[in-house]
Amino acid sequence: MKPFAYVSAPDVATAVRTIATEPNAKFLGGGTNLVDLMREDIEQPDTVVDITRLPLTEIEELPGGGVRVGALVRNSHLAAHRLIRTRYPLLSQALLAGASAQLRNMATVGGNLLQRTRCPYFYDGASACNKRVPGSGCDAIGGFNRNHAILGTSDDCIATHPSDMCVALAALDATVEVESVRGLRRVPLADFHRLPGGTPHLETTLEPDELVTAIEVPELTAPSSYRKVRDRASYAFALVSVAAALEVTDGVVSDVRLALGGVAAKPWRARQAESVLLGTPATEESFRRAAEAELEPAVGRPDNAFKIELAQRTIVATLRRLSDGSFGDGSFGDGSRA
Amino acid sequence: MVTLRMRVNGVTRSLELEPWVSLLDALRERLGLTGTKKGCDQGACGACTVLVDGERINSCLALAVQYEDRDITTIEGVTHPIQQAFIEHDGFQCGYCTSGQICSAIGMLAEHGAGMPSAVTEPGASGLSEAEIRERMSGNLCRCGAYNGIVDAIKEVAR
Repeated sequence: MKPFAYVSAPDVATAVRTIATEPNAKFLGGGTNLVDLMREDIEQPDTVVDITRLPLTEIEELPGGGVRVGALVRNSHLAAHRLIRTRYPLLSQALLAGASAQLRNMATVGGNLLQRTRCPYFYDGASACNKRVPGSGCDAIGGFNRNHAILGTSDDCIATHPSDMCVALAALDATVEVESVRGLRRVPLADFHRLPGGTPHLETTLEPDELVTAIEVPELTAPSSYRKVRDRASYAFALVSVAAALEVTDGVVSDVRLALGGVAAKPWRARQAESVLLGTPATEESFRRAAEAELEPAVGRPDNAFKIELAQRTIVATLRRLSDGSFGDGSFGDGSRA
Repeated sequence: MVTLRMRVNGVTRSLELEPWVSLLDALRERLGLTGTKKGCDQGACGACTVLVDGERINSCLALAVQYEDRDITTIEGVTHPIQQAFIEHDGFQCGYCTSGQICSAIGMLAEHGAGMPSAVTEPGASGLSEAEIRERMSGNLCRCGAYNGIVDAIKEVAR
């Protein structure tokens, strides 16, 4: 690991002032991703600003039924919180489907948002990677790409975003609150992460000196669930995951939110599927048609083409369970285990 | 160099170290507590699991400076029925993952006791089924494959 100067920020004002004045500085939260990347020399900050002592650990109910979560709330605490378990089962399940208990005890909400891809070519300094070294090429395209993206890819990058939490937040229309020396700004989660295009090294719309301070999740009344499909039953990144909320009134879909994980460089809000579903009978046939519409633009490669069918089936299975009422009580099931 | 204090196994220790030293390396190389093992050093295996204020974490991804004034428990500070249960149920072969497994199991039992759910928690369920133990312990790998013994040992203590 490259040596760095260490600053522990006592408050948000100091944190954002330090990041703005120190060249090549990085915020450090739980460390579960950044410390690893620093050890691999992929991240090489000159100054590390420790933010774990900032008072951003509250989970508050908002007027209007939403919830505000401080950026330093740990993943395990958020997953176990009564408000999250009862009102947003998909979010609690997504968090519990991610990483291991030890990592969830360390990882923060803000850090989860800012996770970098687990593409092995990004981690391997001997491989070409446009994310790590812009312009160097992409060894994943034409390489081993079983875990890679099928939607929103470019000729420069086919990496996926690894987060489970963000997939649930995408379905929930969450907002990210960020602060800098210029003040406070609110970014819809849908605009927070970027698709690779010709600049895969730019992963979010966050400025380098901005600090994530909170997320806000609006009220959700529809039953919801998160389903993750992976190569082993636990402690693995998603091949495909689905976060869904579904309200059925008199047999017709009256509200639906759908997002996919493991398929793109950002949590993929399935707007196409939603528009197909809204107002149609809540039947297997409708679910299938909606899933096909969403995956229509998908591009598969030799190792990951199976994800196109897998994503469709996982969408259908998740919606079917929700319409059956299996998850309508806000409780946990085996859905997140898939 | 940074000077910091932390309580390790009940004793306040003063450390002078570079900010890039992990908690794992601080425990092993600076304090001589080599019971905590370095497996992957990238948060994938769980061999380095220790308890911080009673919560289990991977000490390899923790920078020691972030844990100033915290209460750290390593395997050297553990006295718990789970240790005897591991012996009785053959919960290990080579033993390299064992200190992490034991610290993790202690943290897991506390989490379960506090009502924290897991990805396989069924509505209304309160006990620690085998599926629950396997899911909650999935962050600790055992390359000898002593999982059946580990699950049996934890099941006995959880009873």
